[in-house]
Amino acid sequence: MLKTVESTGVSRFKKKRTWRTSWEGIIPKLLLLCALVSILTTVGIVLTLVIETASFFQDVPFIEFITGTDWTALFSESQQEFGILPLISGTLLVTMGAAVVAIPLGLFSAIYLSEYAPDRLRRTLKPILEILAGIPTVVYGFFAFTFVTPVLRTFIPEMGVFNALSASVVVGIMIIPMIASLSEDAMSSVPRGIREAAYAMGSTRLEVSLKVVVPAALSGIIASFVLGISRAIGETMIVTIAAGATPKLTLDPTESIQTMTAYMVQAAMGDISYGGTVYKSIYAVGMTLFVFTLIMNLLAQYISRRFKEEY
Amino acid sequence: MAEQTVLTKPAIQVENLDLYYGQKQALYDVSMDVEVNTVTALIGPSGCGKSTFLRTLNRMNDLIPGVQIKGTIRLHGESIYDRNIDVEMLRKQVGMVFQAPNPFPKSIYDNIAYGPRIHGIRNKKTLDEIVEKSLRQAALWDEVKDRLRDRATGLSGGQQQRLCIARALAVEPEIVLMDEPTSALDPISTSKIEELLQELKNKYTIVIVTHNMQQAARVSDKTAFFLNGELIEYNDTATLFSNPANKKTEDYITGRFG
Repeated sequence: MLKTVESTGVSRFKKKRTWRTSWEGIIPKLLLLCALVSILTTVGIVLTLVIETASFFQDVPFIEFITGTDWTALFSESQQEFGILPLISGTLLVTMGAAVVAIPLGLFSAIYLSEYAPDRLRRTLKPILEILAGIPTVVYGFFAFTFVTPVLRTFIPEMGVFNALSASVVVGIMIIPMIASLSEDAMSSVPRGIREAAYAMGSTRLEVSLKVVVPAALSGIIASFVLGISRAIGETMIVTIAAGATPKLTLDPTESIQTMTAYMVQAAMGDISYGGTVYKSIYAVGMTLFVFTLIMNLLAQYISRRFKEEY
Repeated sequence: MAEQTVLTKPAIQVENLDLYYGQKQALYDVSMDVEVNTVTALIGPSGCGKSTFLRTLNRMNDLIPGVQIKGTIRLHGESIYDRNIDVEMLRKQVGMVFQAPNPFPKSIYDNIAYGPRIHGIRNKKTLDEIVEKSLRQAALWDEVKDRLRDRATGLSGGQQQRLCIARALAVEPEIVLMDEPTSALDPISTSKIEELLQELKNKYTIVIVTHNMQQAARVSDKTAFFLNGELIEYNDTATLFSNPANKKTEDYITGRFG
């Protein structure tokens, strides 16, 4: 028997105000508010950086800042030089050293986890790797200073207590989990069928890994490198503790150097006057750092979009 | 007469094959011979073990943890599960085409050249020749010869599957295993691949899993019917479909189940 709905002249679908419909109206606004917090913070940080940096360049000419080879901001006023190149070279030295350590180790760990490790081992190892990524960097810093440096000095006795080498190695160790984990994600998302095809032609496991899976996951792998490097550029505690506080334009990793981040810590902790040139130099260095990491992050995004594989 | 004997000598001899996934048995006492230069179809309902059986022939099951095998499989007399067998060399002789087209995210050329390259061929001219020959064998050359550097993933589904066949042929196998190679394709692409099989069997021995009985009847010389991990009946295709010996085979091919 058919059921009929008799028209009573009253709409059955007309909107009524109930707690359900009211919540539906409020929820998106609340959620937007949450999202705005981080957006506004970013805007605030950039604004502060830009304003203080602009004010810094009224004291120190821009050209002198980016081409100067001496950074003696914390010397007495008559001897002050604000050439950022030594801080950049210090940062790059540590970053390159970290990349040399972390890229091969991270990639090979990822290959092992994705292509060789038995399922159970992978399910155990990957969370451990991710825990390693959560260790506070100050711990890594003391690890560098109290363990890695003494070990390295037994091989290179002439090296000082503070040196870029030890900091690079430990920054590298710190970013291995990040590179390994992101690369492993990229490699695991390569479809099984592609691997099977390669095995069915008589490939060894190594050939499948290096000639099929790694090229297929290359965009994700490179993006993981770039993000890891970006993290190394911004790393602060390890270099503050282990690399020294000697801004020096050098590419010799056994020397004591200073990175941009370590300078910012040193200046901020020191006895400097609010609003002075030294105070504002912290922002100028911060701005430079920001530009570096921004470029790296944009690069990572560009790479993963541009070279994304459609399987 | 002598030549006849050589031609019908079995390429593959399977004897008393049992296969277990962990505790679960998937194949029960399967014995069958596959003749040289024939198309052999494996039919049966889903989960009957036909794909599992196919994958024992090039030891693809080795990649799945927990698989255990009893019995023997011989390839031209040589037992392929012996301890001293080089699995990579075995797979080079026994190629495989899969259910869904699975080209590498590389160029058409590099897809075909991958196999020859890993087996040591570096010479550009030799590779060019192999690529052309393999694509011609897979009836794809005319469609792609002007865009060999384009990405293989940009081809249509049917073209991708013929590319995968060409890629499997590029390492010059003796036997080609096909695991439902047309199940993801439209009817036109399917008929192209079916035509291709008739060409290929002159040079290769083909074992094809299909869930499509009409396809088995169209393309194969011999058909094996699997049910619940057992080989129920194995005979010339014409005989199996017109005059099945087993009641279960008859029920399946007449559509009473499956």
